[in-house]
Amino acid sequence: MMGWNALMLSLKEIRRNLLRSFLTVLGIVIGVGAVVTMVTLGNGATQAVSDQIASLGSNMLIVRPGQRLMGGRDAAGSPSFRVADAEAIREQIGGLEAVAPSVSTNVTIVHLSNNWSTVVTGSGNAYLAARSWQPISGRSFSETEERSGSAVCVIGETVRRELFGSENPIGGSIRVKQFACEVIGLLAAKGQAAMGMDQDDLVVMPLRTVQRRLIGSQDVAAIFVSVAASSSVERAKMQIEELMRERRHIAANENDDFNVLDTRQIAETLSSTTRVMTYLLGAVAAVSLLVGGIGIMNIMLVSVTERTREIGIRLAIGALEREVLAQFLIEAVVLSSLGGLIGIALAAVGAAAGAHAMQVPFLFNPPINVLAFAFSAAIGVIFGYFPARRAARLDPIEALRHE
Amino acid sequence: MNDAARPASTPPLIRLVGVTKTYGTGDAALQALRGIDLAVESGEFVAIMGPSGSGKSTAMNIIGCLDVASGGSYLFRGVAVERLSRNQRALLRRNYLGFVFQGYNLLARTSALENVELPLLYRGEPASARRTAALAALDAVGIADRASHTPSQLSGGQQQRAAIARAIVTHPAMLLADEPTGNLDTQRSREIMDVIAALNRDRGITVLMVTHEPDMAAYADRVIRFVDGRIESDTRRERTVP
Repeated sequence: MMGWNALMLSLKEIRRNLLRSFLTVLGIVIGVGAVVTMVTLGNGATQAVSDQIASLGSNMLIVRPGQRLMGGRDAAGSPSFRVADAEAIREQIGGLEAVAPSVSTNVTIVHLSNNWSTVVTGSGNAYLAARSWQPISGRSFSETEERSGSAVCVIGETVRRELFGSENPIGGSIRVKQFACEVIGLLAAKGQAAMGMDQDDLVVMPLRTVQRRLIGSQDVAAIFVSVAASSSVERAKMQIEELMRERRHIAANENDDFNVLDTRQIAETLSSTTRVMTYLLGAVAAVSLLVGGIGIMNIMLVSVTERTREIGIRLAIGALEREVLAQFLIEAVVLSSLGGLIGIALAAVGAAAGAHAMQVPFLFNPPINVLAFAFSAAIGVIFGYFPARRAARLDPIEALRHE
Repeated sequence: MNDAARPASTPPLIRLVGVTKTYGTGDAALQALRGIDLAVESGEFVAIMGPSGSGKSTAMNIIGCLDVASGGSYLFRGVAVERLSRNQRALLRRNYLGFVFQGYNLLARTSALENVELPLLYRGEPASARRTAALAALDAVGIADRASHTPSQLSGGQQQRAAIARAIVTHPAMLLADEPTGNLDTQRSREIMDVIAALNRDRGITVLMVTHEPDMAAYADRVIRFVDGRIESDTRRERTVP
């Protein structure tokens, strides 16, 4: 009786009480599904952020006027850099791979009947090197082009798609404000950056070209510095700060009127932000797991009256206490496991779809699956089994009289 | 009196000696049975009568091993039930007793056939044997054609017939019926009593039935009257109804 019959009895009972079974399973499905989906997506987002920070270029320092770390709200009052500042960094500080003075401006660019509003960055090969970014077709700038400020440019994938479509962009011409510019290279696609910025939506020209033809000034808005892997980023940062204070004549008791951003710092800040977000989502999902659990609890407890009478009947016709308990335990385990498995399957589908929509990687996370499954299974078993156990320990006549 | 008629070697089917039952403790204690002495032989059809609260159902539950006595001794085929464990009492119910309740107590949303098969399932009988025996039991109570109906699809009389079929499917030594016709009209009650009387007559199943209707007690060949937790009278007689 104990094994097979108890299983058959349980399955009959599940089928007989389809609505109750369905609601129990549903509670677990929602709980497990929500937690697993949220945490999986959160992990994917964290991963995506780290990936994108890495794609910004590793060991990179960005020197900008103004005091604020991000946004440069205080930049207005601080004098810009000059090309000479970048040259000073390059000449006086060791252990650097590339130093790229740059300036950016928003413009609308036109090719035939297509136009597109984008960011034009004036810099050069050093900028591409600092961001470890090379053309996948065409070429980068020649020394002559950089020095003389030729009307040539390297474009990002988004710009290519918007302006050239299926046409080969290399050797093509785009009009930027008043002048025509030859496309000499196409950059490899980098994808979306953190905060949803499209990194591929840019045009890179020689610094002089942008300074002369678009901005009309000698200003340098930012200096990108790539530190050699063997050198200390911290030390390079300190040296640059020292040098800049000297060149900008900042007295010892004055604050910097520029700042040096460390991409690793940004990476850490953003990663910890997304991690907090993951915890938050996980907490919200945990609440839904809890609510699901309370739902299961309710269903189980509400059915206790009916079940107590049923247990009384079974005991009266000769069922042993352990036979009744085996049946209820198997029933609870079957329902909870079924719910847990469906929840995990739905979460896998949901998280995969969500990851695709959010363009973050889908990272299967075994511990959270196991944890969510174990939690809801425990709720199902505890609230399915223990009321039944109490009932099965009653004298049959008490169980039968239960109203 | 009836002890003289019985061969000395075999004990009666059941024997109660000074059985008491008290509910609650202290001042709130309620003494439902105040010392019951009773013996029932195999094959008897006994009606237990008495006013509400006289202890007749309490006695019935103790005899049916659904409840245990507070004092005294209850012997089933010479075995002291109060010394048995819960599991042993369950096995005793499983193998020797059949129950019919006033409220039918069938499992809801479960076909009559499955309800009747249930005791056999706990006895570990194979599926085909269960089905054959359950159909035969349903046939014996006259509702073989309702085998696939659930309790909610059956009338009260049909539900009680299914309950009787469930009680007799294991061929018990004793059928315990607690007001089996309490929820039925006169016509339905007579039909149920005919079924029970036939089981007693044709199969020799001992029947113990609690009732407060003299019409139903008339089917029995022995009537025991309870008053205030004691047996007031114990009368044997010729049945007035076949």
